[in-house]
Amino acid sequence: MADLSTATSHPTRLHAHQMAAALRAGDVSARELATAHLDLAERQDRGLNAWLTIDRERALAEADAADARLATARAEGTAALTALHPLLGVPIALKDLVSLKGGQCTAGSRILEGYRAPYDAHITERLRDVGAVILGKTNMDEFAMGSSTEHSAFGPTANPWDLGRVPGGSSGGSAAAVAAYHTPLSIGTDTGGSIRQPAAMTGIVGLKPTYGRVSRYGIVAFASSLDQVGPFARDARDAAALLHAVAGRDDRDSTSSPTPVPDALLHLPDGDDEAAAALRGKRFGLPREYFVAGMEPGVEARVREAVAALEAAGAIVDEVSLPHTEYGLATYYIVAPAEASANLARYDGIRYGPRLGEGGDVLAGYLATRGQGFGAEVKRRIMLGTYALSAGYYDAYYLKAQKVRTLIKGDFDTLWAQGFDALVAPTSPTVAFRFGARMADPVAMYLSDACTLPVNMAGLPGVSIPAGLSEGLPVGLQLIGAPWSEPALLGLARGYEGITADADWRRLEPPGLAALDDPATPSLRR
Amino acid sequence: MATLSRADVEHVAHLARLGLTDDELRLLEGQLNHILDQYAILATVPTDHIAPTAQTIELENILREDVARPSLPREAVLANAADHDGERIVVPAILGGD
Repeated sequence: MADLSTATSHPTRLHAHQMAAALRAGDVSARELATAHLDLAERQDRGLNAWLTIDRERALAEADAADARLATARAEGTAALTALHPLLGVPIALKDLVSLKGGQCTAGSRILEGYRAPYDAHITERLRDVGAVILGKTNMDEFAMGSSTEHSAFGPTANPWDLGRVPGGSSGGSAAAVAAYHTPLSIGTDTGGSIRQPAAMTGIVGLKPTYGRVSRYGIVAFASSLDQVGPFARDARDAAALLHAVAGRDDRDSTSSPTPVPDALLHLPDGDDEAAAALRGKRFGLPREYFVAGMEPGVEARVREAVAALEAAGAIVDEVSLPHTEYGLATYYIVAPAEASANLARYDGIRYGPRLGEGGDVLAGYLATRGQGFGAEVKRRIMLGTYALSAGYYDAYYLKAQKVRTLIKGDFDTLWAQGFDALVAPTSPTVAFRFGARMADPVAMYLSDACTLPVNMAGLPGVSIPAGLSEGLPVGLQLIGAPWSEPALLGLARGYEGITADADWRRLEPPGLAALDDPATPSLRR
Repeated sequence: MATLSRADVEHVAHLARLGLTDDELRLLEGQLNHILDQYAILATVPTDHIAPTAQTIELENILREDVARPSLPREAVLANAADHDGERIVVPAILGGD
């Protein structure tokens, strides 16, 4: 709870909803909150490399504007204070593929170095409207292609739990920044697991919403039939509030849905017992195919314990089958690269980004700019996608993958028709791995997403929530829901928080944080 | 399933407008074939009567009135171009022989 002593002495340790309460109570100002987070991020980011830009001046101006709105509402009375959005005055970070007018937007790539976004993304406008304070932009795998953030052109991000390990990816900077208390909230994108997997590996909450829930206008595209934007937070309530702020129809993204955004997202239960009660009688499916070969025993043990805890709280958990799961990886690694190869055709050194090479004709300019501007993983995926779409191979690869995609989606539809409220599964088959462990073998890296990418193929919402530790490193529990079920899904996540509120692992801070304060810790920035 | 030769890799790189070094082409030949091997599993799935899925939500035919709307100011667009003359983006010659 937001007591005065925590609000003033350790404001970075508060959850977003506690900050909201402290702001309304006048225990802390938005400027104090922003300053505390900026100071910590600037002091510690050398060894973490979670941030690509921190804009103190703009953040403090936004914080002052939030304080002015709070003061006006306070003068008007309790009703006006209550009507304020819970994100007003709360710090947040954006993955560096979300446009912030006037700011850099590299997508982790040299090919966008120097590019400055000429407009705000839809979600940036929404965050400004509710008064969230944008601290800066976070590191990521280049064009969101990767599962470790090692594919950033600007150096890898470290995991706050062990600075020798990756934070997952591709939204590794956004996840590490929340786990290290540099911000209570951040935005990521998830095409095959890029929010849920880093949330699992850094011990925080990460939600991939239903496809179409959040507008992608102003966000660098990777694979357009799969990409979704979503929140990172320290708990389910904060993730729900952030989703509420950014979700909804936007005419500038024709794939964004007019499906209403329920206010229930702002009213997840406060009390742990009330939250736990929501689990009673709920039906969970436990997909047996998600306990894949190569899953670490410690990960499986935490997931099985979580299942037992759900059952003890009155939930019903049945083992179920998603029979086409084994085809998910191959399907994904055709569909996503094919769409990426089309989306990334725009980076040609003409309209934005540097023009590389020695001059010559237009073709030579394209070859040099793209050959030198993209990193190895991006080039690998463009090659895969171009091949899968090329004459003579389209039917065998892309069309075939789209048909198998129908079967993968059908597996989930069958379970929703049987009345399951959600599926419960591991998020990642392993805890965070060491830097370099999977860089030499692309297929090993791709296996990191075996339990998350079917959810993107089917367009479903999925959330990863902390479920304890294995060998001292965080394990994520994944809850998967039917389309548009985010309020119920986050309610179940909140329920799990309720039944594990007293667990010892909830009291732990990432042990790598101390070393981040040591000026001898080497910089990861390239 | 197909196996990619060095010439195939060079052809795909040309289609993708990627200027790759000899080392990159050699590495990609091995890696792409390794990844294509993983795709072979899909050939075992019967899909003759299965419709392809291109997107997962039920939206279709999103239409709007065809009216002019404000766009970015010219200077904001030109600001990010590698080369411009103040009014237009300058590009390399696209027609041979000048």
